[in-house]
Amino acid sequence: METLFFLIITLVAIVSAILVVTCKNPINSALSLIMTFFCLATYYVMLDAPFMAAVQVMVYAGAIMVLMVFTIMLLNIRVDASKKHSHKLIFGSIIGFFTVLNLVVVLVKSRAALPTGPYSGEMIKKIGHTELVGREIFTTFLLPFEITSILLLVAIVGAVILAKKKI
Amino acid sequence: MGIEILGLPMMYYIAMVAKVLVAFVFVLLTVAYATYAERKIIGHMQVRLGPMRTGWHGLLQPIADGVKLFFKEEIIPSQASTFAFLVAPLIALIPAFITFAVIPFGGVIEIAGYKIPLQIAAYYDTTARQVFDVNVGVLYILAMSSLGVYGIVLAGWASNSKYSLMGGLRASAQMISYELAAGLSIIAVFMLSGTLSLTKIVELQSGMGGFEWYLFKQPLAAFMFFICSLAEINRTPFDLPEAETELVSGFCTEYSSMKYAMFFMAEYANMVTVCALTVTLFLGGWNGPMAVAVPILGPVYFIAKVYFLMFVCMWIRATLPRYRYDQLMHLGWKVFIPVALVNIVVTGIIGYFIN
Repeated sequence: METLFFLIITLVAIVSAILVVTCKNPINSALSLIMTFFCLATYYVMLDAPFMAAVQVMVYAGAIMVLMVFTIMLLNIRVDASKKHSHKLIFGSIIGFFTVLNLVVVLVKSRAALPTGPYSGEMIKKIGHTELVGREIFTTFLLPFEITSILLLVAIVGAVILAKKKI
Repeated sequence: MGIEILGLPMMYYIAMVAKVLVAFVFVLLTVAYATYAERKIIGHMQVRLGPMRTGWHGLLQPIADGVKLFFKEEIIPSQASTFAFLVAPLIALIPAFITFAVIPFGGVIEIAGYKIPLQIAAYYDTTARQVFDVNVGVLYILAMSSLGVYGIVLAGWASNSKYSLMGGLRASAQMISYELAAGLSIIAVFMLSGTLSLTKIVELQSGMGGFEWYLFKQPLAAFMFFICSLAEINRTPFDLPEAETELVSGFCTEYSSMKYAMFFMAEYANMVTVCALTVTLFLGGWNGPMAVAVPILGPVYFIAKVYFLMFVCMWIRATLPRYRYDQLMHLGWKVFIPVALVNIVVTGIIGYFIN
C-alpha cells in the first residue's frame, strides 16, 4: 500500500519538477514548483514527520511561493520567447551531467542507515513529532533559535527601511 | 470482516469510502442550500421575502441556479493565460473541501463489531483501544487554507483584466495578513490543550455540561479567530476582493458558467469549513447532552452548531457595511496581531501559576 502510494507520488514529483524548468510561462512553472513542494510534504508524512510536512506546505507552498507568484504577477513577465540556441545549453548540460553522475555514485556507493542517537523511529512515534521538535527547539537549541529570530528581525527591519526610502 | 486487502480489513475500506461520501455529499448539499438560506435570511432581515417562485417558498432555487449555470456559455478571454485560467477555480475549490478530512463530526460508532470514528482521516486501533487521527490536524487546516489564496490570485492574474488583477492583489494581501492573525489567535488554545489533534481537543471539551468549552476559557481567541477567518475567506464585511461597487466582481469578473459557480461553491465551502473548525476548537465539537451514550446524537449536535455559526455569518452580512481597505489592514496588523500576542503571553503566565 505504502509502496504504491510512494510510486504514484514520486511520479507526480518528477513530472512536476521537469515542468518547473520546461514551462514557457513563469506562472505555470511556479505552479509546478508548488506541486513539487506538495509531493515533498507527502514524503515527510511517510517518514513519520507530520509537523515537517505541515510546515513545508505552510511556509514553502503557502507563503514563499505566494510571494513569488505575486512578484511574477506584478512584474508582468510575459511568455519567454528568447532564441532556442545559446551557450547556456552547453554549460547547463555539462553541469547537469556531472550532478547526475555525482548522485549516481553517491547512491550506489553509500548504504542506507537508520538514524542513530536517542531519537529512534519508535520514540518519535510514541512521543509525537511535534512535541519533540518543540521541546528540542526551546531547550537544547534555544540559543540558535533566538539568534535565527534576531537575524530574521534584522532582515525585516532592513527591508522596511529600504522600501520606505523610495516612498 | 474476514477478507483483508493489503493488510487492512475489508470493513476499513468500506468505512472510509462511506465516510468520505457522506461528508462530501453533506458539504455539497450544505453549500447548495447555504446560498438559498443566505438569500432567504437576508431577505427577511431586510423585510423582503427572498426567492419565492421556484418550488414551495423557493426551495428548488439552488437546483434551478445550478442547472442555469451548467447551460451558460463558457467564455475564455482571448488574451487570458489559458492554463492558469482553467486551473484557478479548481485550486480555489479543492482546498476548501479537503480540509473536511480532519474535522471530527461525531464520536465512535460501532457497526457489525467494527468501531468507526466519525472523522475521515482517523481509525480505531483495536489493540490500543484508542482513536488515532492526524496528530497535526490544526496545522493541516492552516496549511490548506494558506493554499486557498492561489485560486483567487491566479484567477485575478490569468483573466488579464484590470478589475480581476486588482481583486486578486487585494485578496492575496488580505488573506496573507489575516492568516497570521488567525494562526496566532488559536495558539492560545493549543497552550491549554497541549495537542494539535482535533479529536483530543474535542475530548478535552467534553466535561462540565459545556463549561469546559474553550469559548469560555479563551473568549478573546474565539472572537478573533472567527473574525479573522471571515476575513481570510473574503466574507462580508471583508469582501473587498469582490467589492462590486469598485471592481465589478473582483477576481471572478471574467469567469462564466460552471467556473464562476465553482468560485461561488468554494466561498460557501470555506464558510462551512471555518464554522466547523470554530465549532471544533471553541464550541466543544460534537459534544452535547447524551452525545457519548447515544453516538448518533454527536453529528446532530455538530451540524446544529455549524448551522448556527453559518447563520451568524449571514446575519453579519445582512447587518454590517463593508470595510475600507486601509481600515482592514489596520485592523489586521495593528489590532488583531498584537492582541493575539498579548493573549498568548497572558495565557502562558496564568498557565504557569495554575500548574
